[in-house]
Amino acid sequence: MSKVITFATNAVATLGSGVDLEYSFTNVFQGLGLSPQVAHLLWLPLPMLLVLFAAVVGVLVTVWLERKISAAAQQRIGPEYAGALGVLQPLADGLKLLVKEDVIPARADGLLFTLGPVLVLVPVILSWLIVPFGQNLLISNVGVGIFLWISLSSIQPIGLLMSGYASNNKYSLLGGLRAAAQSISYEIPLALSVLAVVMMSNSLSTVDIVQQQNGVGLLSWNVWRQPVGFLIFWICALAECERLPFDLPEAEEELVAGYQTEYAGMKFALFYLGSYINLVLSALLVSVLYLGGWGFPIPVEWLSNWLGLPLDSPLVQVITGSVGIVMTVLKAYLLVFLAILLRWTTPRVRIDQLLDLGWKFLLPISLVNLLVTAALKLTFPIAFGG
Amino acid sequence: MNLSNSTELICFLVLAAVVVSGSMGVVLLENIVYSAFLLGGVFMAVAGLYLLLNASFVAAAQVLVYVGAVNVLIIFAIMLVNKRENMKPIEGLQLRRLVSGGVCAAMLALLFRVVVKTPWELPGPPAIGEEATERIGEHLFTDYLLPFELASVLLLMAMIGAIVLARRDVLVEDVGTGQPVDQGLIEKSDTPLLPDQSIS
Repeated sequence: MSKVITFATNAVATLGSGVDLEYSFTNVFQGLGLSPQVAHLLWLPLPMLLVLFAAVVGVLVTVWLERKISAAAQQRIGPEYAGALGVLQPLADGLKLLVKEDVIPARADGLLFTLGPVLVLVPVILSWLIVPFGQNLLISNVGVGIFLWISLSSIQPIGLLMSGYASNNKYSLLGGLRAAAQSISYEIPLALSVLAVVMMSNSLSTVDIVQQQNGVGLLSWNVWRQPVGFLIFWICALAECERLPFDLPEAEEELVAGYQTEYAGMKFALFYLGSYINLVLSALLVSVLYLGGWGFPIPVEWLSNWLGLPLDSPLVQVITGSVGIVMTVLKAYLLVFLAILLRWTTPRVRIDQLLDLGWKFLLPISLVNLLVTAALKLTFPIAFGG
Repeated sequence: MNLSNSTELICFLVLAAVVVSGSMGVVLLENIVYSAFLLGGVFMAVAGLYLLLNASFVAAAQVLVYVGAVNVLIIFAIMLVNKRENMKPIEGLQLRRLVSGGVCAAMLALLFRVVVKTPWELPGPPAIGEEATERIGEHLFTDYLLPFELASVLLLMAMIGAIVLARRDVLVEDVGTGQPVDQGLIEKSDTPLLPDQSIS
């Protein structure tokens, strides 16, 4: 391999030394008479497609949860007929959007109007690159790790501004401007609270951040050492996802639907998909940064020690991998549940309250949090990753 | 030539083409909104070039700072004063274009000469890759500390300047009634700025 770090050539998804999926996959194809390079080329898209598929399924589940939980919160039944308990309802929604007419308003700017939703969706999907579901279960363990997510999520406001402007509609423009303002002001406390975690784990890589938390299981999770950071991160993540109480960019009583007003069919679906993928991604990252990621409350290494099983035997590897995936997804979906409950129980904040909260409250608090973390790291290097 | 080398070459050619044509577009397009969005594209392509040079931290920082902050604020400012009107004709536009084109061409010639005349060491020094983040941090807090701190002073000055400019028009008296306005109210965003007229 050359030194080039492109996202594509670095894609590796192996299960440690015991089971190496990439190795066995390329071996099979080399056995069929293909050159190693071609076999590697065939392997490359697989982890990415898998993650893309996981993201879309995650969205379908979230949409179903949103409908069911909102129904329960309002004492309704919710979707019922499409599949058992309405589980196929999100799929039906998606199909409906797929076959709807794609309307571009007559006075809109066609090119920017089409490009906007794409620019909103692509960075969110790219960010899944760094979400680890296990020790080696991620697309790419890039060194900049969590920083990549922060920088990618900063592209999104451009897409929102673009679609707001291109719609040629005052509600859309206002929605786009609000989205950009909100996103810029909440990115700073978000990045500062991530920085405190990074300072404790001495690395930007998501794998290192999780490993640093899994020394003694539940007790060593970052949420106990960074309670303030956890709250700041969660509030900012909700604001970045434009979820209630921070859904001002699409406040339906004021702005019709904000930047989405003029969109229909698949372009609207892209916004919809983007916002839900972003929600699942934020929940996953909260679990990675603060709730121990793929870690089981009792470290798996201890369990396998007590049972007398070697860590690199294939059976233990497969079980460890599955436990990792289940734990990551479980933690993320608990947070998604919390976000949905918040959406259906809290009122929307006003724009000035939103900006006040971001700039005058969260920003100073997160700076103090960073300072305190640095001081604690110097004073108690054992507990705070010296 | 193996797979990764040819991928690298193709990526470089595509990114270079995007940077050059995009920058031309930023300068030459009539619609300022298109120019602003294209500028974002150019910044992204430059980040891609950094990635090709194995500087992933610099690439991510480029995206965060230039695309996520600078370009968003440029677009934000353009849209806040969004008036669809034709620009007033500028006197001597042709002459100005000629002069600025000449300056740019001279600059290009100078840079081209530097590129050709410099004895480049090929291949260059090996990339540090993942360690780069730590090394940049070390440099920023040791031998590049002074420029780093000076940059922060510069940013502080810009911030104070922005606040002074934005705060210039504070109403001293009510437009409707001519009564003096309590300046303390301006800080309290929850209360209306002007005195309530419904009582009288």
